[in-house]
Amino acid sequence: MEELKDKLESSYIVFENELNGESDTPVHKMRRDALENFEQLGFPTKRNEEWKYTNLKPILKADYKLFPKQEDDIEFKDVKKYFLNEIDSYKVVFINGVYSSWLSETTHQGYDICTFGNALRKYPDAIDGYFNKIAKQDGQAMVSLNTAFASEGAFIRVPKNKVVDKPIQIIFFNTTNDREIMVQPRNLIILEQGAKAEIIERHQSLNDVPVLTNAVTEVSVGANAELHYYKLQNDRHTSSLVDNTWIDQHRDSVAKFSTFSFGGRITRNNLHFGLKEENCLTYMNGVTIIGENQHVDHHTLADHLVPHCESHELYKGIYDSNATGVFNGKIVVHKDAQKTNAFQQNDSVLLSDRATVDAKPQLEIYADDVACSHGCTVGQLDEEALFYMRSRGIAEKEARALLMYAFASDALGEVDILELRKKVNMLIAKKLGVNLDFEL
Amino acid sequence: MSNSDQILDDVTKKEYEYGFYTNIESDRAPKGLNEDIIRFISAKKNEPEWMTEWRLDAYHKWLEMTEPTWLKPKYVQPDFQEITYFAAPKKKEGPDSLDEVDPELLKTFEKLGISLDEQKRLTGVAMDVVVDSVSVATTFKKTLRELGIIFCSMSEAIQEHPELVKKYLGTVVPKTDNFYAALNSAVFTDGSFCYIPKGVKCPMELSTYFRINEAGTGQFERTLVVADKGSYVSYLEGCTAPQRDENQLHAAVVELVALDDAEIKYSTVQNWYPGDADGKGGVYNFVTKRGICEKNAKISWTQVETGSAVTWKYPSCILKGDNSIGEFYSVAVTNNHQQADTGTKMIHLGKNTKSTIISKGICAGSSDGSYRGLVKIGPRAHNARNFSQCDSLLMGDGCGSHTFPYIETQNKSAKIEHEATTSKIGEDQIFYCNQRGIGTEEAVALIVNGYAKEVLNQLPMEFAVEAQKLLAISLEGSVG
Repeated sequence: MEELKDKLESSYIVFENELNGESDTPVHKMRRDALENFEQLGFPTKRNEEWKYTNLKPILKADYKLFPKQEDDIEFKDVKKYFLNEIDSYKVVFINGVYSSWLSETTHQGYDICTFGNALRKYPDAIDGYFNKIAKQDGQAMVSLNTAFASEGAFIRVPKNKVVDKPIQIIFFNTTNDREIMVQPRNLIILEQGAKAEIIERHQSLNDVPVLTNAVTEVSVGANAELHYYKLQNDRHTSSLVDNTWIDQHRDSVAKFSTFSFGGRITRNNLHFGLKEENCLTYMNGVTIIGENQHVDHHTLADHLVPHCESHELYKGIYDSNATGVFNGKIVVHKDAQKTNAFQQNDSVLLSDRATVDAKPQLEIYADDVACSHGCTVGQLDEEALFYMRSRGIAEKEARALLMYAFASDALGEVDILELRKKVNMLIAKKLGVNLDFEL
Repeated sequence: MSNSDQILDDVTKKEYEYGFYTNIESDRAPKGLNEDIIRFISAKKNEPEWMTEWRLDAYHKWLEMTEPTWLKPKYVQPDFQEITYFAAPKKKEGPDSLDEVDPELLKTFEKLGISLDEQKRLTGVAMDVVVDSVSVATTFKKTLRELGIIFCSMSEAIQEHPELVKKYLGTVVPKTDNFYAALNSAVFTDGSFCYIPKGVKCPMELSTYFRINEAGTGQFERTLVVADKGSYVSYLEGCTAPQRDENQLHAAVVELVALDDAEIKYSTVQNWYPGDADGKGGVYNFVTKRGICEKNAKISWTQVETGSAVTWKYPSCILKGDNSIGEFYSVAVTNNHQQADTGTKMIHLGKNTKSTIISKGICAGSSDGSYRGLVKIGPRAHNARNFSQCDSLLMGDGCGSHTFPYIETQNKSAKIEHEATTSKIGEDQIFYCNQRGIGTEEAVALIVNGYAKEVLNQLPMEFAVEAQKLLAISLEGSVG
């Protein structure tokens, strides 16, 4: 761990030198402060209460290449299956953290869908107004680390009352033949008043060389705006992801986030919602289905700062083999946030005696006129339902899969893109090892 | 709603009713803590060599430990060198009956509304009265002795039943368990010891009253209850403390051992001085309570927490034996500037183990109440079952209520349900009552009582009355 930390610190100087003259900008000052903060905090360990159940040590041992070269011999046909092809979409694609223009489909008409690097150069107003303003670094070593090296990622800005006409896919491919790589994408998404967008984000390795991704996404959902955001995590078993997503919601806005975690070695999702103005509506959904040597940690926060907001959270998990799952959901209702409705539900099924699940659903409430609840269950599939299905001629394996699908499907309800829902269904079926004989 | 606000307001400003100070000469150790003080306590109590060594060992381990900082409540750390660790009422020659007990002391209990002899006569409760750390009177001892039940003060047990004490002391809460348990192990002055022999069902509720009485005296109680195979005991513990301005420290340790097929029911009503309306003064209540269940055994904790400035308490069950059962029922009321961080740990190790957690928090004024709990299902705990419910009722916009449950599952056959809700008294509930001709004032009382009923029902009759009284005093003011 210390080695990687030292390496990151020394390579920061290289990074700084390559910026040429950019090193006096306010952005760079933020980077420097962030590095300082990271130097102080170091990588989080299990001693840190917020990281009690997720040990990063095993993935911090590798000798990561920090600035991997762009691989340009990727053909669209090689990676086609990772896209949502059936429908037209905007695409912002990166290979090893570097923007890949030939796989992307960006636009500046009506709205900006381009790269963070582009925004740094061309849209200082957006950067000044939002960059490093939404994600908090206080005690967040991984956010600081990302901020220190923040230079590339997706940039989306939808101006007032514009509706993005088709979904936006943000995909990070990683591929290298020699050494393990570490990438740190930085995304900035701004929906101005009354804007609307749908975004799908995915991180995908193309071979089995280990990858560590430490991503930060800052999202501002303006007044009366609506954002649907889907995170599809089905990476190879050699890749790990620390995802930090921070969302600020403004008056009357709606934000729906769905996280589908099926792959990867260690996946840590930090999802922080700041409900900054009245009457916000927030949905957080998650489906986790993992097995052998996999670990998924959902760390969510619904921070109710003002009255009359509503948040709904539903996470379902199925854990097989020696998989470990963590759910750490927190609802904070501040002193003046009266009339808050906040609900949280987390259900898990363990399929193996070697699988473990650790849950920590928390409520921190400082206002009295609220309705808040959380529920958390761990259990098995209903044996009687299983028996019923088998007595009707459904094989045990399929019957189990159907029950598991039914269990998970509650959290799929908010997926509005039909093709995406099909894809997720397919992935679930594949994960459960059956052919689900129906479409939704 | 202004009416109910008025009630809350009345309550908030209500002075602690049980604050008074009994003047009893006491035999005090000098302030501070060092090896000599521990030897002094041990010598004063005529303890055997092994006990002195045990204490010193705990002291040395304590020196290496640091005070935990993860608590939600914020408080001024006690100065351990400013505390007097030993204060015993001056011994008169052997008070065998209540008549010989210091009349001042009896008055103290009368003020509390619990006259010793009345209790003895009317309720059949045996009392082991602890005032400033040393037992003064023990009643019903003979009846119990006939059944082979040992119920005495800890110091007596060390003298007369060293083999039992040696065998079980520190087995459930090890000396190094936590900062305050280590401190307690080093300096505990007295407490209760109870042993129920094989197959015996204790015919009466065993009860102990703790009182902090001497200014600046920390009280370090040590309780050990051992229920041998197939036995049953219901143990009651209750406390009220006099009004005092400087913070007092209370760091008790309670250990329960339930051997095969045994059952222990442990009930607590806690009403230490909570500090005045501005949060000045009040008792720090840092308690370690834990029980271990062998095969088919059952431990049930019931607590009504209304007092103390800061409470830090997690009565826990280690469900070691197969088919063992753990229960936790709690009502925690915080008002003014009180802070409570309480909950339970249910550690499932054996097969078919079951646990139930019902926690009801009521927060008013500027207080803070937290539930912090752990349900852990070990890899060999097949078919373990847990049900947890943590509800909070908020009164007034200055209070805070928090829930920090930890659920760790390592066995696929486990069934765990956890739910928590936080809300205020529903206006529609009050409206419904109003509509039926029940005044707002009464309605609030009714709802609060109904809300806590699930837990209060678990208390033995003798305590239920007192608990309801405390709830009324703590919250309802003139209501109910």
